[in-house]
Amino acid sequence: MSYIEIKGVEFTYEDLRMHFDLSVERGEVMAVIGPSGAGKSTLLALVGGFEAALAGRIFIGGADITDLAPDARPVTTLFQDHNLFAHLNVIQNVGLGLHPGLRLTPSEREQVSWALGEVGLTGFEERLPGQLSGGERQRVAIARCILRKRPVLMLDEAFAALGPALRREMLELVLSLRTQKGLTVLMVTHDPADALFAADHTAFIAIGKVITSGPTAAVLASQHPTIRDYLGT
Amino acid sequence: MQLRDLLLSTLLATAAIPAAWADEKPVLTVYTYNSFTSEWGPGPVLEKAFEATCACDINWVALEDGAALLARLKLEGKNTKADVVLGLDTNLTAEAKATGLFAPHGTDVSALKLPITWADADFVPYDWGYFAFVYDSEKLKDPPKSLADLVDGKDGPKVLLEDPRTSTPGLGLVMWMGEVYGEKAAAAWAGLKPKILTVSKGWSEAYGLFTQGEAPLVLSYTTSPAYHQIVEKTDRYKALVFPEGNYMQVEVAGAIAGSAHADLAKSFLAFLISPEAQKVIPTTNYMYPVRDIGADLPPEFTALPVPEKSLLLPADEAAKHRDDWIKTWVEAVSQ
Amino acid sequence: MSMAAGSRPSRRGPATGIAGWPATVLTGCGLAAVLVVAAVAVFALLLQAGGGEIAGISTYYLGKVLAFTLWQALLSVLLTLLAAIPATRALARQPHFPGRSWLLQLCALPMVMPTIVGIFGVVAVFGGSGYLTAAATAFGSDWRPHIYGLPGILIAHVFFNLPLAIRLLLPAYAAVPAESWRLAAQLGMRGRDVFRFIEMPLLRQQLPGIAIIVFMLCFTTFAVALTLGGGPAATTLEVAIYQALRFDFDLGLGAMLALLQVVLCAGGAWTVWRTGREMAMGSVTRLIIRRYDGASNASRLVDYSLILLVSLFLALPMAALVQKGLSGLHAAASVASLSKAALISMALGLSGGAVATLCGYLLAQARQSLMLLGHRRMAMLIGLAGRLGLFVSPMVIGTGIFLAASGRIDLYDLAVPGVILLNAVMALPFVLGLLEPAMATAAERHDKLCAALGIKGWHRWREIDWPTLRRPLGSAFAFASVIAMGDLGAIALFGSQDLTNLTLLLYGQLGAYRLDGAASTALLLLALTLATYAILERWVGGRELH
Repeated sequence: MSYIEIKGVEFTYEDLRMHFDLSVERGEVMAVIGPSGAGKSTLLALVGGFEAALAGRIFIGGADITDLAPDARPVTTLFQDHNLFAHLNVIQNVGLGLHPGLRLTPSEREQVSWALGEVGLTGFEERLPGQLSGGERQRVAIARCILRKRPVLMLDEAFAALGPALRREMLELVLSLRTQKGLTVLMVTHDPADALFAADHTAFIAIGKVITSGPTAAVLASQHPTIRDYLGT
Repeated sequence: MQLRDLLLSTLLATAAIPAAWADEKPVLTVYTYNSFTSEWGPGPVLEKAFEATCACDINWVALEDGAALLARLKLEGKNTKADVVLGLDTNLTAEAKATGLFAPHGTDVSALKLPITWADADFVPYDWGYFAFVYDSEKLKDPPKSLADLVDGKDGPKVLLEDPRTSTPGLGLVMWMGEVYGEKAAAAWAGLKPKILTVSKGWSEAYGLFTQGEAPLVLSYTTSPAYHQIVEKTDRYKALVFPEGNYMQVEVAGAIAGSAHADLAKSFLAFLISPEAQKVIPTTNYMYPVRDIGADLPPEFTALPVPEKSLLLPADEAAKHRDDWIKTWVEAVSQ
Repeated sequence: MSMAAGSRPSRRGPATGIAGWPATVLTGCGLAAVLVVAAVAVFALLLQAGGGEIAGISTYYLGKVLAFTLWQALLSVLLTLLAAIPATRALARQPHFPGRSWLLQLCALPMVMPTIVGIFGVVAVFGGSGYLTAAATAFGSDWRPHIYGLPGILIAHVFFNLPLAIRLLLPAYAAVPAESWRLAAQLGMRGRDVFRFIEMPLLRQQLPGIAIIVFMLCFTTFAVALTLGGGPAATTLEVAIYQALRFDFDLGLGAMLALLQVVLCAGGAWTVWRTGREMAMGSVTRLIIRRYDGASNASRLVDYSLILLVSLFLALPMAALVQKGLSGLHAAASVASLSKAALISMALGLSGGAVATLCGYLLAQARQSLMLLGHRRMAMLIGLAGRLGLFVSPMVIGTGIFLAASGRIDLYDLAVPGVILLNAVMALPFVLGLLEPAMATAAERHDKLCAALGIKGWHRWREIDWPTLRRPLGSAFAFASVIAMGDLGAIALFGSQDLTNLTLLLYGQLGAYRLDGAASTALLLLALTLATYAILERWVGGRELH
């Protein structure tokens, strides 16, 4: 059994009936690509616990997590927007990863500072999200992910709004975290180049199904007409 | 009535009111209060009867109450559209007269039958009644015997009053207490105070709370039980007459001086006290008619208790005392 | 209003001069100017007619009246908000609560029912011989509620205003980005954490505006305070104004007291707006958002109990009214007069609502554009002008226009347009309360894009604004229409005999001892109101978007 097993998970949104089967190995980075509205974000929401599967099971590390609440799952999700609360400063936003009511011990405060150091934001502690750039905001969110110590990290087009160089930089940060902490990463992206750069494997999703999955280069080179249409090549 | 006709007539009524006034007949504009012209009030019947003989149209302008009438008159002054004003009472006539807007009524009032002699040259009375505490005989077996009993009684029943600053009965009670207690009114109010459940804005609120059972006593009229007997066929509600006397309310109408329809206005005033109009009053306004209408007075009215003493301050005295007595009331009952 | 202030070069927009302003903005500004000028003229007239001499009120009495008015208004606001916050929160957390949309529709009723009807309903539940007493008796207790005094005033004010607060607050919850709820779920935030980190900031933005509206409605209370207040100790400023204008005919004093009311209310609103952050509140198109914190059994239990409690508090008085109305059917007015009055109510209600919505849209549009152009103060002035109907005592408006018209215009010939316009002015503040946030959001979302694509004028309205604003416009139109449907003040002012709406019919019945018949008229009015509200909101607003 793979580390993440998505088995026969079904879901319906508007008129789209989805059915997902997917396996992800421990420690790998898997990219999820596919046309808009194919169900990529829904797949992540199902794993993250934000949507409830109508049928099927999801296992992580051998444990059935299908019925667990979002915070009880061994995953953490990074969204494209709104990862931070606008009225809380950087420390508070990161600290929420340790205690959802922000009652932090002194040693936990130190952990927050350390995590900020890890993402290169030492000195930004007191700033509000509005005073940060888009990349910095996502770094703050990543610092919180570090502190949450969840073995699975999911990126829901988390860097889509950033420029190419910055995006590359953020992906590098994620990759180094993967190595250091032994994370398994699921990332939804629109950019095949990002997938090629960061992902060991790629799953291609269209109309609510995983059409194919495998080594990134192989999936991107597949002659499947839907994939060719999507890549425009 | 067909729905289509109804729709059409409503549309006409809402959209083309001015057009209705545009026909040949002279239009007599009468300012009054709106329960007078409601379909249960005397207005519609009187209008029909008067229009049958006058070759004119009556145009009612129905405002909230007597106080609203007087205030509107003062606002408009000589520009008022009114030819006749109907619905003031003797607490307001002195002030109304002071506007100088009213013409002498020139109507023969010698045939009128009121507990008092009518001597006002400007205003014609069209109905009258006694203020009284009405009680619910199912809730109250031993009602107060006198005003003194009501005021001084320990653990007396709760009573619903109206505010003298916003309602006619409320003002009537202030006059009543003033006339009975004079200088000692403040102490009497203080005695009554623990028994007051609440003081409402108007008669409708107080009477509604009374029939909902909030209190067994309400300030209303001796004629109120007649409604319940005639329409609801019940003797449950009864009025109290007190040995100290009950205060009267006399409702009056007057014609505006310089009105373009002065003659019409005068004939309307005369019509108002004619037997034909007066027989309408008891079962619409639930007040006494101002003349003897013989068998036209329903038996329920003749059976009503009548106080031995009728209290009524002359208009100028009422006007003189009003502000002070209201102030006394506010202070005594606010404590 | 100084147009010079408006023509000052702005820091942001390229089109700065008045000439560069779109016609809608100019119309809105003109409308606001008309309102302000009318209000100023009314006061000036009254003061002048009063001869400049203010007599007849002791400062001690006035002080007591003011203190009581403020005190009961503040307490009413506090209680209303204290109930509205958990109730709205529960409703927002349980988007699939059965009967939720019914409850929300029911919320339109108390605001528009004639005061006397509301009082009877409240008393039928909480009064000495009401449902509570009956329940106590059934349980063998001889406990009796005693509401006359401050408790009665507060219960009635919460009954009248809680539904309004809920309706105004609920859309704000929909503005929270879906990611925030997901984030809260992922971080394992519990109810109180969610409240602290997500809801508090939201409330801090929304509550001041709602508090101001409720405060003004309670500050200008009249019949409720008198009737349920237990006696003249419960005299409010509005009673003093009534006394001065109606009873003592002291126009100067009435105007002064009303000015005091305007200054207190407008001053409060101005302060709140100045300190409050002006912020677009996001989408009001979705009232249903998936919530993770409401899914547990415990929170469901809490929420359902809360919703049940609020529903009971609102529905019981209405149930009492329905019961009275049904048992009064035998004494109901004739079908002909009921249907005629109902048609007049509808006709006046819909036209008043339409005028209010149109004016509200223009004012909100002008305010929004001025905001974007950087004329913040002018924008606030326009917001205030639109809310004059809340600040200025209806007594003053009524007295003022008849004084102004006397000898110049025959107002009695203008009863229909007069009633419609007055009702529109009275409903305008609520229209603005619903439209302003929605338009701010829409502007934030679409202004740049539309400018970039050159979409403007009619095209922009049809393609962009109407689809986005349809729902709030529908709500505003529905709300304004039912407010105008329940009108008494304006229609009674003109006193035209052919113009009897249901409310006036009801008062006519009450004045003629026909309490049973009046109860069934009230029932018809409530049913008609509910139906009109539901139909308009659905028909104009369209279905909820997901």
